[in-house]
Amino acid sequence: MEIKKINDNEWEIPCEGKMNVGVRIFASEKLLKDMMKDDTFKQAMNVATLPGLIDKVILCPDAHMGYGMPIGGVVGFDLDKGVVAPGMIGFDINCGIRLLATNISKDEFISKRKDILHDIKRTIPSGVGKGGEKYSREILRKVLIDGAKWAVDNNLGIKEDLERTEENGRMEGVEPKDVSDRAILRGLSQLGTLGAGNHFIDILVIDEIYDSDVAEVFGLQRGNIAIMIHCGSRGLGHQVASDYLRIIDEEYLKKIKELSDRELVNAPIKSELGKKYLSAMKGSVNFAFCNRQIIMHKIRKILEKNYPNKKVNLVYDIAHNIAKIEEHVIKGKKKEILIVRKGATRSFGPGHKEVPSVYRKIGQPVLIPGSMSTPSFVLVGTNESEKISFSSSAHGAGRAHSRTWAHKTLSIEKVREILNKKDIILEGGFRGAIEESELSYKDIDEVIEVTENTKLSKKVAKLIPLAVIIG
Amino acid sequence: MIKYKFLTHTADVKFQAFGNSLEECFENAAFALVEIICKEKVKTIIKKDIKVEGEDLEKLLYDFLEEFLFLIDSKNFIFGKFKKIKIYKKNDKYQLHCEILGDNLKNYQTEIGVKAITYNEMWVVKDKKGYKCQIVVDV
Repeated sequence: MEIKKINDNEWEIPCEGKMNVGVRIFASEKLLKDMMKDDTFKQAMNVATLPGLIDKVILCPDAHMGYGMPIGGVVGFDLDKGVVAPGMIGFDINCGIRLLATNISKDEFISKRKDILHDIKRTIPSGVGKGGEKYSREILRKVLIDGAKWAVDNNLGIKEDLERTEENGRMEGVEPKDVSDRAILRGLSQLGTLGAGNHFIDILVIDEIYDSDVAEVFGLQRGNIAIMIHCGSRGLGHQVASDYLRIIDEEYLKKIKELSDRELVNAPIKSELGKKYLSAMKGSVNFAFCNRQIIMHKIRKILEKNYPNKKVNLVYDIAHNIAKIEEHVIKGKKKEILIVRKGATRSFGPGHKEVPSVYRKIGQPVLIPGSMSTPSFVLVGTNESEKISFSSSAHGAGRAHSRTWAHKTLSIEKVREILNKKDIILEGGFRGAIEESELSYKDIDEVIEVTENTKLSKKVAKLIPLAVIIG
Repeated sequence: MIKYKFLTHTADVKFQAFGNSLEECFENAAFALVEIICKEKVKTIIKKDIKVEGEDLEKLLYDFLEEFLFLIDSKNFIFGKFKKIKIYKKNDKYQLHCEILGDNLKNYQTEIGVKAITYNEMWVVKDKKGYKCQIVVDV
């Protein structure tokens, strides 16, 4: 495998062997070395063998090894020649992030920090198998179609929330019958729940503003509190991905031997199975939008109870794991293609028609959380990203070390020491805390610097964590 | 013979399971999966049946392990031990029937969640010592 240096922040793996396209990597030398430690490039090269790919497989600065497609990967498929692979979007369909801005000051929050954190932890079910309110199948089917709109229609939010959610919180074209009863069953008690693993609720303070004009439009002011919610479509989405992986695997069994990784088993986009998967995937996307909407609504109520005269507004909600048809300029011509983002953020710039009207002049908010105890960043989408990454940007710090490494190397005392030193309070299991500690992740500052230098998105604000709930 | 071992994976969890027979190998894969989720000894109070089939052993293993995740989310059931397990071939397909015992998950301290089983780097092979398999799960 040859890795060609284009410049300090861009590298390329040229097309070789069975690959149909090359791989474009956005990384500094340091981040590139992180990626070389595992199978990130091997997985990207496997993806590059799929039919109908347009341009190159993109790797964002936070890219790391996943299953099938690497995390931090973005690809575009021709709608006629391309394929859809459930394993590429992943099991946590529309795992994504939502940011709330407030005019509550850091001091005002700190005085009630523990109580508020306990209250949120009590109100939002989190952890393995921790369900919440049980909904009926009928309601769940409505949620599959209407997404976050269902929540707002049922007094779990306000109309403005929908305008500030990718796709307005609702992807069109869902046939509920394409979602199996097994998937519905797994989701019945999971609406409004956080889940486990790397899912979190962070309460942060806005520490630094890099672009005051954009920050003002996003409603971000230095010294105020913001909240980040990270979760996805829960068991419902996991089951949808598993179901279609299985069905497509059965249908295309003969093709499996030609695949470099069975996880990449796929169906043509326009085949019946391809269409059914995309319908069920969109239903899961909508379930996830609704899930984050309900969680946000409950947090907003807690904050409003504690600070009756303060404002708590949604800044934006973005998907990290998704496939969607978008219009992009390909060889000078506008063309509709299927974009797959796996652990990557959409990064539409100023003037794009899909950016909500409140942000259209400046571009969409791009939210990049750090790890449990490192800063998170708000950035803004760029028109430059259209030309280099199908309008996509990094989505987080990106893991650098395995969970087994974390358990062998770290102790809960060490993790506590880091949190205490930075005055961050934590609610959640010890095992999760060890696995999600900042030492398991890449250097977020480095990821942000490369993101900024390559113009995948532009820095707006830096946020420092004060309180964290992990699943 | 060791029952299973965990390997390094940047983002997810990878393990191998071993057995003198195919049944034992699959049983040990299930024990490894559940250990990721819950380290406590689970009481054997509730009984569940699992029936899955697959064109090849990898698919059989995928569907078999997924049942344990489905039971957690849909029935709040955490697996404790196998009562019986049988794998055989019928009409060109592998069939797996088993009875498992376990308890309500709410009675236990959980570790991390497993979202799904993946086909990534999955294999089931027979060698001189018996059977072994490898699985990467999404956590």
